[in-house]
Amino acid sequence: MKNKVGKQTLKFSNVSILSSSSVVGEMEAQGPLTKEFDELYDDQYMGKDSWEKAELFLLERSLDIAIKKANLSKTDIDYYLAGDLLNQNISAGFSARTLGQPFLGIYGACSTSMEGLTIASTLIEGGFGKYAMAAVSSHNATAERQYRYPTEYGGQKPVTAQYTVTGAGAVIVSTVPSNIKVTYATIGKIQDLGIKNPFDMGSAMAPAAADTIAVHMRDTGRQPSDYDLILTGDLASVGYPIVKELLKRDGIILGTEYNDCGLLIYDRERQQVFAGGSGCASCATVTYGYVMNQLSKKKLNKVLIVATGALLSPVSYMQGESVPCIAHAVAIERKEN
Amino acid sequence: MGTYWTAFYVGGLICVFGQLMIDVIKLTPAHVMATLVVIGAVLDGLGLYEPLIKYAGAGATVPITSFGNSLVHGAMLEAERNGIVGIITGIFEVTSAGISSAIIFGFLISLIFKPKG
Repeated sequence: MKNKVGKQTLKFSNVSILSSSSVVGEMEAQGPLTKEFDELYDDQYMGKDSWEKAELFLLERSLDIAIKKANLSKTDIDYYLAGDLLNQNISAGFSARTLGQPFLGIYGACSTSMEGLTIASTLIEGGFGKYAMAAVSSHNATAERQYRYPTEYGGQKPVTAQYTVTGAGAVIVSTVPSNIKVTYATIGKIQDLGIKNPFDMGSAMAPAAADTIAVHMRDTGRQPSDYDLILTGDLASVGYPIVKELLKRDGIILGTEYNDCGLLIYDRERQQVFAGGSGCASCATVTYGYVMNQLSKKKLNKVLIVATGALLSPVSYMQGESVPCIAHAVAIERKEN
Repeated sequence: MGTYWTAFYVGGLICVFGQLMIDVIKLTPAHVMATLVVIGAVLDGLGLYEPLIKYAGAGATVPITSFGNSLVHGAMLEAERNGIVGIITGIFEVTSAGISSAIIFGFLISLIFKPKG
């Protein structure tokens, strides 16, 4: 077990990030990170007939851009891993149809981005291929229909609700060396404190994020201050302080290095997004856009991305089930060759 | 007869009750709607909704409770005329205009407009 440290953490020594991409919709384009994304779209439909087709378009754009940035062609991709939030993972499956390469569909709700990067890195570290691509997508209008109420229904939202990010992000990992490496991945365990409100995912997911961060620090022997940035996926203004509080009880102090993608992607003063951003694309577009740019520019050297997912379905919460939550952490570091 | 004032405060109180079901009891909008319909139906069964309409006018007929009232009202009227079968046939007698309008206008509007998300 030379590649496992502690109970839940995988150690990688030969996984480089060759390229990444992020594309977003209108609200994200109007947000503070607008310059960090590869492509911006100002139409919820992206010129397509339906929101589902629009989401698929975003996902396919992110794949094309990531492949182009890495100077590869589609046929070079040994494995494609993807997931989204729609029934039966249709965005992922349909994008794999277009790509035409070996495909594994994965689902971890909003934790899928780091789940995909973890599995892709494992395939590369294991020597099973040269290039693995992981991608996710989410769309505000498809997610509203999927998880909550169609917009036309006019259901009221409380302040703890979050706004699903419209966007897609992709990353290509390889044995071909680059300056940005995937060094560790900590696979989370389900945490469920009995929260049943689908409009308060921040509170539900915070314990999962806190547990995974604590396990990661224990397994790797690192401190939060060892990282330039620790970024949770979509806890937003409700979950963010809860993670800090929960970890403080464990003696782990998160300082200014801790932030949340759902808080970074929007300006909550200016944009009506309630507690902040959520969705697969929250973590993916911020990580594969903003964070990768910062790593390339040498403004960040060591980051820990903790993607959080609420594993509920519309049926489960209507039947009164609580929300099982998960978080996966991936350490990405800049190392000069 | 109702006045603007009675319509305003009776209709308003029904809506406050609905809002409290969302915020305090944490019911979904669908549960709130169904609960208000059932309350309207029960009140009419007890003979209390008609006096409320007389008192508050639109304050009692516009909220969804009025739909429950109409369901029971139609069934009871038809039952008086046609006996037990009237309970079944009469349920949608008073409400049919509302239901048909919802379907027809919903269809027409969907032909013209596209949701913006």
